[in-house]
Amino acid sequence: MTVVSRKEYIGVPRDRVENFNGKQLIYVSWDQHLLFAASFLLCLPPETCFRDMVEQNLVALIEADPDAALVEWDKVVWLKGNEAWKPDWEASLADNGINHKAHLRFQTPGLNTVCG
Amino acid sequence: MDTPVNKKKLSLKEKYSYLTRDLAWEPSYQKKEDLFPYATYEGIKVHDWSKWEDPFRLTMDAYWKYQAEKERKFYAIIDAFAQNNGHLKLTDARYLSALKIFLQAISPGEYAAHKGFARTGREFPGVGPQVACQMQAIDEIRHAQTQIHAMSNYNKFYNGFHGFADQRDRIWYTSVPRSFFDDAMASGPFEFMIAIGFSFEYVLTNLLFVPFMSGAAYNGDMSTVTFGFSAQSDEARHMTLGLECIKFMLEQDPDNVPIVQKWIDKWFWRGFRVLGLVSTMMDYMLPKRVMSWREAWDIYGEENGNALFNDLARYGIRPPKGWGDAAEAVDHMSHQFMLALYQWNFGTAFHSWIPSDNDMDWLSKKYPNTFDKYYRPRWEHIKKLEANGTPFKNYGLAKNCQTCQLPCVFTEPGDPTTLCHRETEYKGEHYHFCSDHCRDIFQEEPEKYVQAWLPMPQLFQEPINGDLEAWMKWVSLVDGEDNGDYQGSHDQTSFEKWREMATSN
Repeated sequence: MTVVSRKEYIGVPRDRVENFNGKQLIYVSWDQHLLFAASFLLCLPPETCFRDMVEQNLVALIEADPDAALVEWDKVVWLKGNEAWKPDWEASLADNGINHKAHLRFQTPGLNTVCG
Repeated sequence: MDTPVNKKKLSLKEKYSYLTRDLAWEPSYQKKEDLFPYATYEGIKVHDWSKWEDPFRLTMDAYWKYQAEKERKFYAIIDAFAQNNGHLKLTDARYLSALKIFLQAISPGEYAAHKGFARTGREFPGVGPQVACQMQAIDEIRHAQTQIHAMSNYNKFYNGFHGFADQRDRIWYTSVPRSFFDDAMASGPFEFMIAIGFSFEYVLTNLLFVPFMSGAAYNGDMSTVTFGFSAQSDEARHMTLGLECIKFMLEQDPDNVPIVQKWIDKWFWRGFRVLGLVSTMMDYMLPKRVMSWREAWDIYGEENGNALFNDLARYGIRPPKGWGDAAEAVDHMSHQFMLALYQWNFGTAFHSWIPSDNDMDWLSKKYPNTFDKYYRPRWEHIKKLEANGTPFKNYGLAKNCQTCQLPCVFTEPGDPTTLCHRETEYKGEHYHFCSDHCRDIFQEEPEKYVQAWLPMPQLFQEPINGDLEAWMKWVSLVDGEDNGDYQGSHDQTSFEKWREMATSN
């Protein structure tokens, strides 16, 4: 049973990609860096280059952490949907398989100034 | 002209019989299923509605009399409070943040509970619960009204109180209680009773009301103490109704037990998430604190909860599935949540602040295993950023949980350094959760929860389309007045100025 109801009931999802004016949602979080209370929510066109997403959006968001300036992006370990994954930095989000509401995590082993 | 009195007064027993049980009738030209179409689809089997016991045996005439008396006292005190500038007798205006959260998040919940009980009273086929639900429906609307009236005096002097009605539906942190009540009201009558009557009123309400009202008393807020007292005698009746309802279901048919257990698991966890807001009030927002959230949990959660679930064990009911994870989270949740409220305080209709050294010492004493190790370093860093002239704001917005609708700020059970990420796919869409329990609730009824209105994704849709200024207007948040750090706020400067005028020449 997908919902307890008196007759068949089909729910309409509120956050379908069509509602975002040609953009999509992406969630990104930095493991072990809990100065930021939750994963960041980004809203970008699917054709955005992965590199642009990181350099133009993510870098500014994580600036307040003392480790931010020390991140070596080419050594960062990525996860997509909690699974190990490698991005293509020059490809778009869509070509990287980052679809609407995908969740990316990144890890920077050895960097851990504020949250132990 | 006097009405002639012919008969002696009815005994209590007769009165109860005439004014409750005797109001029912057997339909003669309509089928019972057509009159009560919502009574069976949840799978709860009831064989004999007359077995429903009313523990209070309250009749409507006595109910009106008691409530009217309480109203008279309540409004007399509220008047006196206003005339005596009661708002200047607070320990500190920081306290008002706790009240603002209460007004924005909890009072509209009382109103939602009113609607829910009015509906549930109509949907139950038995007259016993019909009458009890009717009284509780009236109680709940009275609570919403008395709370709004009690706090309206603060609205004359301070920011952040004015927009609570819009904020209930639109601002991000009130999504938590709103979705809790929407979920309950979109359930059948029996699940509603477990959600509100049992899990919220019986298992969790003491954690909300007792520490909150003591907090008000400790901090000089007599108007809140007064509405607390006025509501308290109703709460005792509500708790008893919730307990009676669950026992009735369990006794009517053994097939009801697994359904009730599933609802207890679900609604305990949903209620626990709503209480995340209360934990921050207790640990961070009261200038003069009563007890820590951990201490309140030990007394009102752990002790009372264990006694209750021991009592229900004879029906085959076990404690809620999330009980153990909840007990562990109690040492972390207020800190995790307050750090969140602070970094997003450009979007809150109340003030927050960096805890003082004194506050932090209190927190390390109350949370010896967690505060210094995990949370103090974050506050110290935020303090440093503030001192350097680059105060910390997190403009990244947040991932919301599809079920409880909170930002996913909670960590893995057993690992407070890693955020808990749970996700699932349903009909080709990703859905994210703050915990195993919220994901399990979704997976039971995905067609219900795919419809969730999540406040952060909503910001990027019509009518806001990512415009923060338009969003503030839409949620009735006045930038620079209602939001931001307490230090330097109008609330702070006004309170200090008026208090000085009241206490010096």
